[in-house]
Amino acid sequence: MLSTVFAILFYLATAVFVVGLVYRIQLYARTPAPLKIPTTPAPVTQRGVVLRMFREVALFESLFKANKWTWLFGWVFHAAMLLVVLRHLRYFTQPVWTWVTWIQPFGTYAGFAMLAGLFALWGRRFLVERIRYISGPSDHLMLMLMIGIAASGLLMKYAAHTDIVALKAFALGLLHFNWQPLPADPLLLVHLSLVLILMLVFPVSKLLHAPGVFFSPGRNQVDNPREKRHLAPWAAALDANRPAAGGE
Amino acid sequence: MADYDIIPINTLFQIPALKPGVMKGSAPFVAAPAHQQALGFPGELVDDWQARAIEKFGELLQKSRALKVYMDGCVKCGACTDKCHYFLGTGDPKNMPVARQDLLRKIYRRYFTFAGKYFPRLVGAEDLTKEVLDDWYSYFHQCSQCRRCSVYCPYGIDTAEISMAAREIMDHIGKGQKYSNEIIGKVHRIGNNLGLPEAALQNTLEGLEEDIEEETGVAVKLPLNVKGADILLVTPSADFFAEPHVDGLIGYAKVFHQAGISWTISSYASEAANFAMFIGSYEQMKMIAERIRKAAQDLGVKRIIFGECGHAWRVAYSFMNTLAGPFDFLDPRYPVPQHICEFTWDLIQQGKLTLDKSANDHMTVTFHDSCNVARASRMGDSPGGQFEIPRAIIRAVCNNFVDMAADTIRESTFCCGGGGGLLTDDLLEIRTKGATPRMQALQEVIEEHGVTHMAAICAICKSQFSKVMPKYGIGMDRIVSLHQLVSNAIVLEHKTNDWNTQQ
Repeated sequence: MLSTVFAILFYLATAVFVVGLVYRIQLYARTPAPLKIPTTPAPVTQRGVVLRMFREVALFESLFKANKWTWLFGWVFHAAMLLVVLRHLRYFTQPVWTWVTWIQPFGTYAGFAMLAGLFALWGRRFLVERIRYISGPSDHLMLMLMIGIAASGLLMKYAAHTDIVALKAFALGLLHFNWQPLPADPLLLVHLSLVLILMLVFPVSKLLHAPGVFFSPGRNQVDNPREKRHLAPWAAALDANRPAAGGE
Repeated sequence: MADYDIIPINTLFQIPALKPGVMKGSAPFVAAPAHQQALGFPGELVDDWQARAIEKFGELLQKSRALKVYMDGCVKCGACTDKCHYFLGTGDPKNMPVARQDLLRKIYRRYFTFAGKYFPRLVGAEDLTKEVLDDWYSYFHQCSQCRRCSVYCPYGIDTAEISMAAREIMDHIGKGQKYSNEIIGKVHRIGNNLGLPEAALQNTLEGLEEDIEEETGVAVKLPLNVKGADILLVTPSADFFAEPHVDGLIGYAKVFHQAGISWTISSYASEAANFAMFIGSYEQMKMIAERIRKAAQDLGVKRIIFGECGHAWRVAYSFMNTLAGPFDFLDPRYPVPQHICEFTWDLIQQGKLTLDKSANDHMTVTFHDSCNVARASRMGDSPGGQFEIPRAIIRAVCNNFVDMAADTIRESTFCCGGGGGLLTDDLLEIRTKGATPRMQALQEVIEEHGVTHMAAICAICKSQFSKVMPKYGIGMDRIVSLHQLVSNAIVLEHKTNDWNTQQ
């Protein structure tokens, strides 16, 4: 019963996550950008834009310029989360990919770094007056959700081990539509439930910053307006009414 | 003196404590029905303004990817909270970029998102009420669209785009800003912000020619509506008689004179400024830009050069090709348009200008990067040319140059406090307070390096500084045009340029 409920929930959450995200991304992609508005100095080539975007996504370049503490906490949290997520691939692959085995030791420590980063980010929402002012309930809840996921995961790893072999069988069963029982370990159920919530809220929350950054005209446009005429379809129609040379 | 306190500029720079609501009352005069209707907007606030505002908002979300992505993307990280000069000068938390954005974002969430429709309290979604509209009108007119916050945002969220959208919505429900809308109407009707007709312009330019000849003994021309000239100069109309702007215009004229290239001003397009950018109206902005295209075609020029103006250079450099291009009827050897600084710097590099730097020895100069030039445009071929070229010119014409603190120049430059359609007396308090960070940086180089003058390449910066610097105990004559320095140093020769006699 429990296994079935969770299996269905996982399919549902995955569908919401994927469909929601694809819908959002195609919405961003289809909405025209009528004007060239890169924040300058900006790259003058497409290659340069790819590099700029890489620095923004991998190193948080702009945030580094803005505030070193926020950058440190934010970058540590995101980098650690990436390692943790990649480490979790071991539960979905059989045999486990070699590079996933390699990052396994880093991935486990990254769990602590992730938690530390999250608490530091949360602390700023209480301690810095300006950040306290702009923080709403959802900002706190999102951090609590992430902290809950990280903490329950770490507890299973270091305090109360769950039946990881059975869990992996359950995960592989989901992938191969050959459902296996899920261990009825409370900590595991908390961990999985929180992940389900995360997947469900992702496409309708501020977590959209992840795909959004790639579509930010301030960061993804090439600085070449004099060389190349940039024209949105809806704006092109206005050219028909332009005043003719000669007449008044 | 003003009846409000400003932060003393000789104190150590600090991020202010929050003073909620302190600038709530700061709002510009509302546009009169005549000013609104001239631009095709409703004369006054329409009865069903809420529905019309939401409808317009929805339309803008479909027309602008920036607006859509910027509404969704903010995570409230706080990176921008201490970056806005209006926040730093007032302490009003709604002048923190994220909070300013949220005035619009909370409405976006309520009417356009799943979470805001069903869980409004959770995600800070709110109904569009009269109070919200009042906040919009106050605080979206306390943004100079300088883009400083967007430099620091990890997603590049640009409050300028958001305040433009908000003003566009307000225009369409009948609550426009008098200053910007009245001026845009004048450009449509007459051709420049000042409403200066052709005869008056002709008169002014002739007067300047006489002044130059009297002072230098050389006949330097300022031609108007000369067909077949090589270059069309489009410059902010403030250059025609405001101080220190006009000294910059004299500088351009001397540069053209020495270059021996024919040029002209157009009375039809006698304005570089394009205030339609401030109100976020693509259509209005296009109408003004099209005047320049038509003037260039009618006069049969080969090149277009823009005078010193910040937002005008943004519209010219970044938008003009989009709005009024393609400019395939001009000489393809030159970028369209060019900045007067690009033109002057080319001549200096080619050794075509004789410069006597000692003419500026009575000055120690610093340079104020204008926000729209710094963060929304470029000069020259490589990124950052907009910082290097003006400085290179200053170093070429002036022996004493000092930069202000690194976090207040180049891409981190602070707005003068008067940009974005705020250069009006009804907003003098916010203008003055918004100038604080720049005044502090200036005061520092005055004290430490004996700086006597600050050069700028923007008509709004120049007007704003000459107005607010005295409030900080700095003389209004300390702001100069960059081409005023060129004008001082340039050694004029008598030229019998053929084109001079054609008039």
